[in-house]
Amino acid sequence: MNAPLNPVAEHLAGYNFAYLDEATKRMIRRALLKAVAIPGHQVPFGAREMPLPYGWGTGGIQVTAAVLGPRDVLKVIDQGADDTTNAVSIRRFFGRVAGVRTTDRTREATIIQTRHRIPETALREGQVLVYQVPMPEPLFKLEPRVSETTRLHALGDYGLMQVKLYEDIVQHGEVATAYNHPVMVNGRYLMSPSPIPSFDNPKMHMNPALQLFGAGREKRIYAVPPYTEVRSLDFEDHPFRPIRAPHACELCGSTESYLDEVITDDQGGRIFVCSDTDYCAERRGE
Amino acid sequence: MYVSVKGGEQAIANAHAWLAERRRGDAEQPEITAAQIAEQLGLAVDRVMAEGACLDRDLAALALKQARGDGTEAAFLLRAYRNTLPRFGYTAPLDTGAMQVQRRVSATYKDLPGGQVLGPSFDYTHRLLDVALAGQNGEPPPAPLAEAGVEPMPRVTGMLAQEGLMARDTASDAEPPDLTREGLRFPANRALALQAMARGDEGFLLALGYSTQRGYGNSHPFVGEIRMGAVPVEFTPPELGFAIDIGDVVVTECQMVNQFAGNAETPPQFTRGYGLVPGQNERKAMAMSLVDRALRAKELGEELTAPAQDAEFVLYHCDNVESTGFVEHLKLPHYVDFQSELEKLRGIRARWAADRGETP
Repeated sequence: MNAPLNPVAEHLAGYNFAYLDEATKRMIRRALLKAVAIPGHQVPFGAREMPLPYGWGTGGIQVTAAVLGPRDVLKVIDQGADDTTNAVSIRRFFGRVAGVRTTDRTREATIIQTRHRIPETALREGQVLVYQVPMPEPLFKLEPRVSETTRLHALGDYGLMQVKLYEDIVQHGEVATAYNHPVMVNGRYLMSPSPIPSFDNPKMHMNPALQLFGAGREKRIYAVPPYTEVRSLDFEDHPFRPIRAPHACELCGSTESYLDEVITDDQGGRIFVCSDTDYCAERRGE
Repeated sequence: MYVSVKGGEQAIANAHAWLAERRRGDAEQPEITAAQIAEQLGLAVDRVMAEGACLDRDLAALALKQARGDGTEAAFLLRAYRNTLPRFGYTAPLDTGAMQVQRRVSATYKDLPGGQVLGPSFDYTHRLLDVALAGQNGEPPPAPLAEAGVEPMPRVTGMLAQEGLMARDTASDAEPPDLTREGLRFPANRALALQAMARGDEGFLLALGYSTQRGYGNSHPFVGEIRMGAVPVEFTPPELGFAIDIGDVVVTECQMVNQFAGNAETPPQFTRGYGLVPGQNERKAMAMSLVDRALRAKELGEELTAPAQDAEFVLYHCDNVESTGFVEHLKLPHYVDFQSELEKLRGIRARWAADRGETP
């Protein structure tokens, strides 16, 4: 893990830098600019078929390809880890088609593409966090028609979601959303934070880094600019409560980080370890 | 003790090596070539070409070989490839009236100008497995040749329209939307819907078309005409300023004639359901024409009751490259979200038990 992951100096012959042609990148950058100007608003874009499958990060890949420059240092994580197979695959893709330097260090990266996590290490100004988004529409489970949800966003009518959370509380005593908990961005748009655990939601609020969201199959881009208010949807008497397993990491002892549960035998044995592998390794002095 | 799962890169490389070996199969058997696939598995190639939205049979055959015969995977390979090609512009609309017809059948008229041409069809074959085909079968006896017809083959829908029985589709010079550049927008116009279905999944459209025949959507279809054959493709290079013929493509076109009850402004008449599919694929062209007509329900003021009439439902779900990606992504790691579900469920169960005076 400490060896350079992709010490490729040049990119794949026959393809433009970062795979997409410059006209496509320009189209995506325009969508990104609009997204940054209207925080939390989903901007349609002409997503392309990529050589990786829809649903496997094509939105994030296109956003990364559009903002990536030759001097960038790229980190790719899936489930918080750099060594999960899909993260390896995406990092290898950019190693091949862009030849950029890659890293597993959150601090060293200028662009971090992620699926399902926000790194534990606080991000700083100038960094870009690119989220892979499966379903950009936060209301889709309540209203599948895009024409209708578009109208609800225009009206700022998020009663459907408030009622859903209320019904959870009535039925279960608490909100039953454990991940992809909807957030209000800049007090205007309801937004899917992508399927990150609720634990990560507070990290989006007033984050110094630029947060970009790409949904390839659904052909939508949205963004949270640096230092933007991001509030998890809740009620005054039932405030939002991020959850993590109430344990310490078996490897680094952290009681702050988000933990993966690992089954060790068939007798109920289990341990908990940091989901963020870089954070854990750094704490262990690696 | 917990051992971190490392070495993903090596695992991926090994898996791909195994895949390549599986693709080749038993080395005792001669390796199949893309050219053999293009010639001898032509309908599979046509389907890949249509769903891959890249009208190149040689590349479709290569994709099919690379995908070990998995049509959806092959279509995906082709889509990803076409996306890297430069776009020179748009061809003129195909004139299927000028088709060199290999097959043309009408179910609405016993005979009609140009006649019925059965062509290379499975229709009226008896589906008996031909064991003689299992090995190398030698050459089939040559099929009898007829003189090429010189009589024009006007479209049946045109003949109906002359009598005013068929609703005329209004011609428009408006620039049609381009699905590959803009993505779907709703309300989707018919051009966009037809684009999506032309590259949509045959199985999905077949099931939806079938559903309209079984009462899910009001449909009374007749096959006005199916035709299949090569049509010339014309393109106007900006530097020339006039159209040149850049080749032929084989397409299958189906015009489905449907009843329409009429309303205060319009007398009862027939309406058209239209299907056009690259290559030879009659099943899909027919299914597409049924779904096209079903999707026109709103425009024609018909009651919307069935899935096939719901444009968002049909068009958002007809693309198999999109749907296979999203369905199959479920096998990617989800343990972060699953972990938060576990903690949430444990918490809710503890409250549930406590409310009932039980210890969890």
